[in-house]
Amino acid sequence: MNSLPARYNRSIDWVTVLLYLLMVGVGWLNVYAASYSPDAPDNALSSLSFGQLMNFNWFKQIVWIGTALVLIVVLLVIDPKAYDTLAYGLYGLMIVLLIITPFIARPIAGSRSWLELGPVRLQPAEFAKFITALAVSRYLAGINLRQQSFRDQLVLAGLTLLPPVLIIAANETGQALVFAAFLLAYFREGMSPIILLILAAGAVILILALLVPKLWLLVGFTVLLIIALAANWRTLRHYIPMSLGVWAVVIGMVFGVDFFFNNVLQDHQRKRIEILINPSADPLGVGWNVTQSKIAIGSGGLAGKGFLQGTQTKFDFVPEQSTDFIFCTVGEEWGWLGSMVTIGLFMGLLGRIGYVAERQKSVFGRTYGYCVASIIFFHFCINIGMTIGLAPVVGIPLPFFSYGGSSLWSFTTLLFILLAIDAARKQDLERY
Amino acid sequence: MQYLEGRKYVVQAIFLAVALVFATRLFYIQVLDGSYKLAADRNTLQRIVQTPYRGLIYDRKGQILVQNTPVYDLMVVPREVKQLDTLRFSQLLQLPLEEVREGLQQARKFSRVKASPLVQNLSTQELAAIQDNLIDFPGFSVKARMARSYNTHTMAHALGYVGSITPKLLERPQYSKYQPGEFLGITGLESYYEDQLMGRRGVQYRMVNVRGIEKGAFRDGEYDTLSVAGQDLHLSLDSELQAYAEKLMAGKRGSVVALDPKTGEILAFVSAPMFDPEMLSGKGMGNRYMELLNNPEQPLFNRPLMATYPPGSTFKLINELVALQAGVVTPNTPFACNFKLVRCTHRHEPPSNVGIAIKQSCNPYFYQVMRATVLRGRSSNRFEDARLGLGEWRRQVMKFGLGEKLGVDMGQEKKGLIPSPEFYDKHNGYHRWTYRTVYSLSIGQGELGITGLQMANVMATIANRGWYYTPHFVRGIGSGGPLPEYQVKHTVGVEAQHFDAILPGMVSVVDGNGGTGNNASLADVGISVAGKTGTVQNPHGDDHATFAAFAPAQDPQIAIVVFIENAGFGGNSAAPLAALVIEKHLRGKIAPWRHRWEEWLPGPADRFIKRRRY
Repeated sequence: MNSLPARYNRSIDWVTVLLYLLMVGVGWLNVYAASYSPDAPDNALSSLSFGQLMNFNWFKQIVWIGTALVLIVVLLVIDPKAYDTLAYGLYGLMIVLLIITPFIARPIAGSRSWLELGPVRLQPAEFAKFITALAVSRYLAGINLRQQSFRDQLVLAGLTLLPPVLIIAANETGQALVFAAFLLAYFREGMSPIILLILAAGAVILILALLVPKLWLLVGFTVLLIIALAANWRTLRHYIPMSLGVWAVVIGMVFGVDFFFNNVLQDHQRKRIEILINPSADPLGVGWNVTQSKIAIGSGGLAGKGFLQGTQTKFDFVPEQSTDFIFCTVGEEWGWLGSMVTIGLFMGLLGRIGYVAERQKSVFGRTYGYCVASIIFFHFCINIGMTIGLAPVVGIPLPFFSYGGSSLWSFTTLLFILLAIDAARKQDLERY
Repeated sequence: MQYLEGRKYVVQAIFLAVALVFATRLFYIQVLDGSYKLAADRNTLQRIVQTPYRGLIYDRKGQILVQNTPVYDLMVVPREVKQLDTLRFSQLLQLPLEEVREGLQQARKFSRVKASPLVQNLSTQELAAIQDNLIDFPGFSVKARMARSYNTHTMAHALGYVGSITPKLLERPQYSKYQPGEFLGITGLESYYEDQLMGRRGVQYRMVNVRGIEKGAFRDGEYDTLSVAGQDLHLSLDSELQAYAEKLMAGKRGSVVALDPKTGEILAFVSAPMFDPEMLSGKGMGNRYMELLNNPEQPLFNRPLMATYPPGSTFKLINELVALQAGVVTPNTPFACNFKLVRCTHRHEPPSNVGIAIKQSCNPYFYQVMRATVLRGRSSNRFEDARLGLGEWRRQVMKFGLGEKLGVDMGQEKKGLIPSPEFYDKHNGYHRWTYRTVYSLSIGQGELGITGLQMANVMATIANRGWYYTPHFVRGIGSGGPLPEYQVKHTVGVEAQHFDAILPGMVSVVDGNGGTGNNASLADVGISVAGKTGTVQNPHGDDHATFAAFAPAQDPQIAIVVFIENAGFGGNSAAPLAALVIEKHLRGKIAPWRHRWEEWLPGPADRFIKRRRY
């Protein structure tokens, strides 16, 4: 891009931009379908004033998209070095904002996490993602990745965990969970795969503990231990206390699940997990969202009912259908093929971001790239997973698709900071 | 190679794995599993059933008996009720506060967003009183509906009534088309002819949103159907004759069934005590129903169809016909009035032929007639002889439509009982009983159970000399005739000459000197009535009075059976009551000198018992 400031020594990554525009465009079509009301005559729209039009989500989304495009220009005008330089400062500012938000915000849908600036409502938690991504990237760039000290790891953990803790305090658990995505980026930057494996194993054990009778698990894991010891007696005999320890921890988890489930989780969170295990429980209560969401998507068939033809969407059976449950509209009106295109777009974008990240010569750029990919991936995973009953209902949006200014701006910022950094990347090798 | 570049493949694999899981899962729920499509239709498609206009009911002379009038249900959508002033509301509706509260609670339980009825069956006047004020009470609305209204105060048992379908019925497959709260015939003709009266429902498919609000027709009404009004019923009942018979039966328990023997059409059908059909419709119907149900006189009991009694002496006619057909007696066979066999009703001239025996209702005579039928030496074993004989007797008796359902066009009909040899085997033991055990049957007492309708049909058969059409109430459905099963002639396997043989006796019962049924004589107006009195022994109280007849004897146009519980001798009450109904039907008026009967007959049955006669 020739008109860009001279510090950009390369072109902006047009593939990513194209994918971004496609997703925002497709997303808008679905927001339009989700907020479209068959009762409102279309020809009357031209006579409406701007204020009246702002009552329609699809129109507001146009405004959000327009402002997002302005935001992109602003992001590209800023010297990319500033992101590196200002990372900690922004991080500090964000922490302060997260702390004071619950005190000055009005409660909306049970959480005090929205700041109101005139007509615009912003959720600081949305912006915590990219600021944290910048801060941890900056931090990782400043240490020796190959010889991390325990202190380094502790600081990194602190940087990553402080925002979600504050966000949980504001009762936005969904947004806080997103910070788990950073693990994937850390893995790319050298975190031991053991940690990922242990976490995965832990999740599997927790799910098993909820689904399978405890006694079976006790017997099963004990048999597993004996088989493992018997098969590798020569090596493992030296590690018997450790093997027993692992076994004890696993069994402890199995029996600790109930305590965690009943005493740590809040009521609505517990129910969301129960619904995941038994979707038919309470279909008109807590299970309503998931049941209706699956009905909407499932009724789409192979090719969908067609644009604006989704009955479940049109007649408001799916709650939150233009925000968290926007994928229902995709599934119902465009069918399995449309869902595949959407998933394909996400895979394309994630793959491209990975490619862009890998070509960064700086640890900062690469880490940030992976943070971007991981955060988008986490949203993709949980959001679509919950609409088809594979993940608990967690109120996080589908990037670029869901209606809402905060989330669109936040993902746009996240992505275009990466593109700015990418366009300004240096040829020479940095230390890594 | 960059630092740990290989790990990018792991990250990519994780991304792709999740995408693959989603793709598979989506393929399953969107393409393979059809249940979500059905669930989506269940969500948005609302079937609106249009209940058709229910068929009307006319009497024999084309007078309208049952019609439809609009009534109004006060509906409530609990979610839309705002700050209800329950006190004022209950005053407006003129309902107790508690009832309003409870009704609202019920409605809330049913659905917060769907309308449910709070008060049903408001008349136009009642509606007018509240309609203007209804605007002050958001969430309440009025729904118009058609309900039954009656142009007659009689024949409640025959007409039956219409009520909303019960949850229990809804579970049965034959009622699968009915919706909760929909009305259907519960008893009587309303129930038997439900399919014809109901008509065909119209169905419209509408799209609704999550709040149940209509969003237009589904596929422009491609699947919608129109409703077809129900067919009218034209009854054979004569409402004037019916009202007359009901008036005479006032204050008593019992039944009157009058048939046109030539067609099997039922002319009058009285079950006493009576009630007004209006009682089982409209507002407060439930309370009135409970009142009727708990009445010790059991007005809801459909006596002509459901009450089975031993027929008493009227049954002697059947025994004589069976014996004549079997050839074991002739009309001129004499039997002695032998009190050693069985006590006779009274002292009388010797029964030297069947005519005298019928006229005097001689018990020993018919004891011997049936003995001749049963004991015919088929087996040297006297027990087996009685078994075989009774079996053959029963087969012939049942051809008269006794001991099984006649098949009248009304549910609730009882079979009655003509005891079989097996019946006595069970009670007395195999080969432990002889004719002496069962002789009560010869005089119409004992184990016999016969309904009023069955007895009336027997009289029609005798009037026709050996055949009958199954009795029925409906002579025309819509513009067509009766149901095909009522156009089939049934014969009873007794030759016409045998009927001729008993006819003089039956006439002399009424018109002969000293006949038991002299009170039924219409000879003074030139009508010859053939009849038979009966007095049914009742171990629980006073005997029941019965009289069975047809007239005119030569060209019968009406066959009638009157049954009055606890009225003693049949000749005293049942006979004159039958005569009045016969005269009314044949002449359209009553001779002036019988007006005193009209005054005297209505009222309690115990007045008819002057002295006990046998």
